[in-house]
Amino acid sequence: MRTVPDTFHGDREDSRSLRIEMNRDSKAIEVSKVSKSFGDVEAARDVSFEVKSGEIFGLIGPNGAGKTTIIRMLMEIIKPDSGEVRILGEPLRESTKNRIGYLPEERGLYKKLTVIDTLSYLSSLKGTSGSATRQRATTLLETTGMLPHQYKKVEELSKGMAQLIQFVATILHDPELVILDEPFYGLDPVNTRMLKDMVSELRKQSKTIILSTHMMNEVEELCDRILMIDKGRSVLYGDLSEIKARYRTDSVFISVDGELGPIDGVVTMKNHGTHYELLLDGKTSPQRVLADLVNRNVTVNRFEVATPPLSEIFIRVVRGQTE
Amino acid sequence: MNKTLIIFRHELLVTLKRKSFILVTLAAPLLMLVGYGIYQGVQSWYHPSELETKTIGYVDQAGGFDEYTSVGATFVRYPGEEAARQSLLSGEINEYFVIPSDYIRTGLITRYTMKRELEPPSQTMDSIRKFLISNLIGEETSPEVLERTKTPIVLSSIRLDETGEEMEGQNPFIQFFMPYIFALLLMFSIFFASGYLLQSISEEKDNRLMEVLLSSVSARQLLVGKVLGLGAAGLAQILIWIISLWVLVDVGLASIPGLSTASMPPGLIVLAIVYYLLGYLLFAVIMAVLGSIGTTARESQSWSSIVAMTAVLPMFFLTLIVENPSHAVAVAFTLIPTTSSVTAMMRLPTEGIPAWQLALSLSLLVAAIFFCMWAGAKIFRACLLMYGKRPSLTQIVRYVREA
Repeated sequence: MRTVPDTFHGDREDSRSLRIEMNRDSKAIEVSKVSKSFGDVEAARDVSFEVKSGEIFGLIGPNGAGKTTIIRMLMEIIKPDSGEVRILGEPLRESTKNRIGYLPEERGLYKKLTVIDTLSYLSSLKGTSGSATRQRATTLLETTGMLPHQYKKVEELSKGMAQLIQFVATILHDPELVILDEPFYGLDPVNTRMLKDMVSELRKQSKTIILSTHMMNEVEELCDRILMIDKGRSVLYGDLSEIKARYRTDSVFISVDGELGPIDGVVTMKNHGTHYELLLDGKTSPQRVLADLVNRNVTVNRFEVATPPLSEIFIRVVRGQTE
Repeated sequence: MNKTLIIFRHELLVTLKRKSFILVTLAAPLLMLVGYGIYQGVQSWYHPSELETKTIGYVDQAGGFDEYTSVGATFVRYPGEEAARQSLLSGEINEYFVIPSDYIRTGLITRYTMKRELEPPSQTMDSIRKFLISNLIGEETSPEVLERTKTPIVLSSIRLDETGEEMEGQNPFIQFFMPYIFALLLMFSIFFASGYLLQSISEEKDNRLMEVLLSSVSARQLLVGKVLGLGAAGLAQILIWIISLWVLVDVGLASIPGLSTASMPPGLIVLAIVYYLLGYLLFAVIMAVLGSIGTTARESQSWSSIVAMTAVLPMFFLTLIVENPSHAVAVAFTLIPTTSSVTAMMRLPTEGIPAWQLALSLSLLVAAIFFCMWAGAKIFRACLLMYGKRPSLTQIVRYVREA
């Protein structure tokens, strides 16, 4: 099936049920009818959504859709023209800022400062310091493989390394709410994987995470719920698995040993070389097809119900709206 | 720890560790030392030649002018212009002059020299004057009167206060140099601190750290922490300079008349420090806000020079203010917050400032600082994230009203 191992899923389910018990119905973020224009450009129009405590929430859309504007309004860096934002149950206050970790899209560090000094300064601005913070910094640097570079100046680091340091700085003060704006942008596959694992780890620790990205397919595996936006408007909002089920095409990917004869309920069969794509007639379920194949003693190497990637869903949604 | 304090400490430490800061801080006293060395060298080079006695030739067409020797010059009579010219060309005499026959009526004298000079050296002129006076009236009067005629005045001025008591002061150093030095110090502090503030804010704008900082602290905390932190660094720099200047004065400059005897009343020193700190704070806040408005460090820099010019403005009126401290211009400069510090530095040592002006000027200055902090934090906040886009004036006014 998908690349995510079962154990991972299992953990995820366990921790999720635990979390729901812990903060029943609590909302990390409530955004209602928020609008913001810059001159003639509407960066956000009547956007409403909620982020539940302990979930990974994806803010998804193409470049220039208004994701960063929405995030900046969450952080009160920009004030909305209208609408209301509540963070951790109240309008953003200075004291609340200590409970939030924010990795902005436009990021940088003090070039002349060492990694460890940068981390201790930024975390002290979040109200944490002392040996516990230092210990946590060491652990996080070790996890990201940056520990050998802790006494280097930031200007000596590569761009990717600096990005890891920024991520560490974002979560060093152990925030309840983590907001990541395009966290994987510009990272190599190895570091992307590592960062994703760290984000999953944060969720296990019951943190609430907002993940904003234009690389929609990158975050499918992580997100519980998503808000998809385009040109400042919300186009799709809800549980990711429900959305994917809603936009499921009636097709199945399959690869088998030997020849694949005609199957009941399959309208067309495309040969993609390594695998076949079967388009079902709409009345037959994928399970029926699989059972049929097993009954015919066909060796099935791969069987996957095709759910369209988010990018495809996005295109379908946007096209559907404009038509 | 208070977040403003954390920013203050961070900015202070980072600046103190900056290489350029250390270099400039150390270079200034070194330059002073080198300058003092050059001054001493030039002095010892120059003095002997000044004491040299000049030989000046003259051609007496009017008649009755006898040869004469005074301090610094010996006058030698020549029968005719041709002979005098030959002596000058051969180097026997330094210069010569011709007293024409109608000298008594016109006073006209023609002087010949081979030296290029801007104007006749005062010492030579003095010698010639004394030579002429001796010859004109020397025989008609007593030697004492003759001497008095040559040097008619040796002046000593004493200032009286309202009760008729003699006052100390009338010290040209305190009257003129003290205000000058204080005003210069303040200006330097403003320029340097503004430089550090602009650099630091532009850096955070350029490297996009602003958003991270604003997600942790408020714009006001950031502004105040920065102004105070970088301000403290600037003050430390000035303090180091003052101390090294002090040492230099103690070691070397005590020989210069006036410097060694100069002492300031303590009340004046306190007021000077208060004005210094307040003036400094006002400009630091203004500079920080300017740093946030400009799109690039260079643009902010040019804006800041315009603002810094207002601090320099009273310097153009230095003579007027020092000589005439109650003039309307001086009073106006004392009350306007951006010029009050430098002007007060000038007026305090001379005549003092009337109590009402002092009170009003200080209140206005403090009010201006609070206003700039208040409005500044709003502009600062609104402008910090506007990368590559400079707000218009109407936009800035809107930020202040809205935010």
